Amino acid sequence: MSERIAVRKTYKLFIGGKFPRSESGRSYLVQSANVSLASRKDARDAVVAARAAVKGWAGATAYNRGQILYRVAEMLEGRREQFMALGVPADEVDAATDRWVWYAGWSDKLPQVYGGANPVAGPYFNLSAPEPTGVVAVVAPETPALLGLVSVIAPAIVTGNTVVVAASPTAPLAAVTLAEVLATSDLPGGVVNILTGRLSETVPTLAAHMDVNAIDLTGVTDPELAADLEVKAAENLKRVLRPVPVDHDWSADPGLGRMTALLETKTVWHPKGV
Amino acid sequence: MTATATSAHSELTELGRSETALRTFLHGLPGVDQVGAEQRAAQLGTRSIKTTAKAQAIDLAIRMVDLTTLEGADTPGKVRALAAKALRPDPADPSCPHVGAVCVYPSMVPYAAEVLRGSGRAAGGTAPHLASVATAFPSGQAPLEVKLADTRAAVEAGADEIDMVINRGAFLAGRYREVYDEIVAIKEACGGDDAGRQGRPRAHLKVILETGELGTYDNVRRASWLAMLAGGDFIKTSTGKVPVAATLPVTLVMLEAVRDFRAATGRQVGVKPAGGIKTTKDAIKYLVMVNETVGPDWLDPDWFRFGASSLLNDLLMQRTKLTTGVYAGPDYFTLD
Repeated sequence: MSERIAVRKTYKLFIGGKFPRSESGRSYLVQSANVSLASRKDARDAVVAARAAVKGWAGATAYNRGQILYRVAEMLEGRREQFMALGVPADEVDAATDRWVWYAGWSDKLPQVYGGANPVAGPYFNLSAPEPTGVVAVVAPETPALLGLVSVIAPAIVTGNTVVVAASPTAPLAAVTLAEVLATSDLPGGVVNILTGRLSETVPTLAAHMDVNAIDLTGVTDPELAADLEVKAAENLKRVLRPVPVDHDWSADPGLGRMTALLETKTVWHPKGV
Repeated sequence: MTATATSAHSELTELGRSETALRTFLHGLPGVDQVGAEQRAAQLGTRSIKTTAKAQAIDLAIRMVDLTTLEGADTPGKVRALAAKALRPDPADPSCPHVGAVCVYPSMVPYAAEVLRGSGRAAGGTAPHLASVATAFPSGQAPLEVKLADTRAAVEAGADEIDMVINRGAFLAGRYREVYDEIVAIKEACGGDDAGRQGRPRAHLKVILETGELGTYDNVRRASWLAMLAGGDFIKTSTGKVPVAATLPVTLVMLEAVRDFRAATGRQVGVKPAGGIKTTKDAIKYLVMVNETVGPDWLDPDWFRFGASSLLNDLLMQRTKLTTGVYAGPDYFTLD
């Protein structure tokens, strides 16, 4: 019997729950694999997919979102070996899974901690409730490939936002594999969209896009690019999360900051009966 | 080209006199090659239109939009807002052209007319046309007197274009004469061909074939010829009220019919695909098809229209992208 021919894998983008090639047809060689090189049109398509997913995802109950995110953690656990084969250390895979579960748990607790009844001097019930900002563009940190990625995606989507993620250009395989995890969970298509390729191509498009509500610049290392992106983001008053120092300790307790930064507070005044 | 291209004009106008002649003629039209039509349409859809050509196509497409609202929930306020949008689709950019027409139900015509004919006209004095659906839209299932009254009321209220539906029941049952006579009667109610008739405005007649209910491309071709023989100024694909609306192949068959009809009679008839055209990309595919099938004579809002509502916002967003270089969002354009 002849020797078996290996089935070689093409690493593609993740947009609207599907794995398309780049619209430009380009790819680049990284981590000994061919990975799609996303164009600005792919970024545009990803924003359209993310916008379409907002209504269903933000409208789902917090409990339901939590359940889906737990399901993602289950799938993540099942792919442990695969991530390790990509060079992600075992303890980082575990930390990433734990981080995901930790954020999943916040889905129905954050509104209680961060919202609530306000005492007011008048015959009113005054209630504040956090609501998702909408479509969030995220620049994932260069390293750690998996833990860094999970630490920026999970806090954005747990509250009902949808994201377009520019994956680390030098270590995108973990991101594409995470996309496979998300696609096999019950996460609706379009809630997470992942673009691989050069940051200088996709991120300025996302920063300037009028239909993006916030941008997280965590993984931007070039201060000039960061400044330029902030200027572009100012056009429609996007919420901006500033870049994080390269030596940031991603295994430390992340706190609530990443979740609360991507929320809008709605306050309702309701007259009390006599 | 069909075999009829050589027929004399007078012979064609005689056809309506007898059921038999009409049937013989319509069934004598060559059949449509279904696979060929679909492949041709798909192939034309792959053309790449970029930069300045795209900018030109977008502006042309905006001028061709029949901005439509045909809902049971239409209110005077909604129609006024729609008419205002038709006049100035992008208030932030004065260079943006106005649309081709506003298309509403007959009862809403006065409210649209108020805005379109009022002081708020676009610079240069031109304004969108005012189209009204009539003849028991969308089913067309009403007695002829009711349809005629419906049409007259719309014309008198100020509509200068009437979108009528054909009687599909009669057409599919093979009673072509009945369909023909009805179109002739509605045309008469629109003011006929005589522009100078005393006291009665002349309205353009668009004939809706409702191709989604006709079943075959052969029927689409027959219905197109029937509508043109009876005097329709435009043939329109759909009401937008049945699941299958305008498609590229159906529009291709209709474009071929108007091309052949002009070759046979010398009279030019317009085409209006309606329903389901939502993106700039779709609209540009149609424009490419018009150019390749019937030529630049039809690349004008007088001869080609898009029946649409959500298409306009996508055109405006693409237009904004071309002028500012930044992708626009739907938050910055009106909902209806």
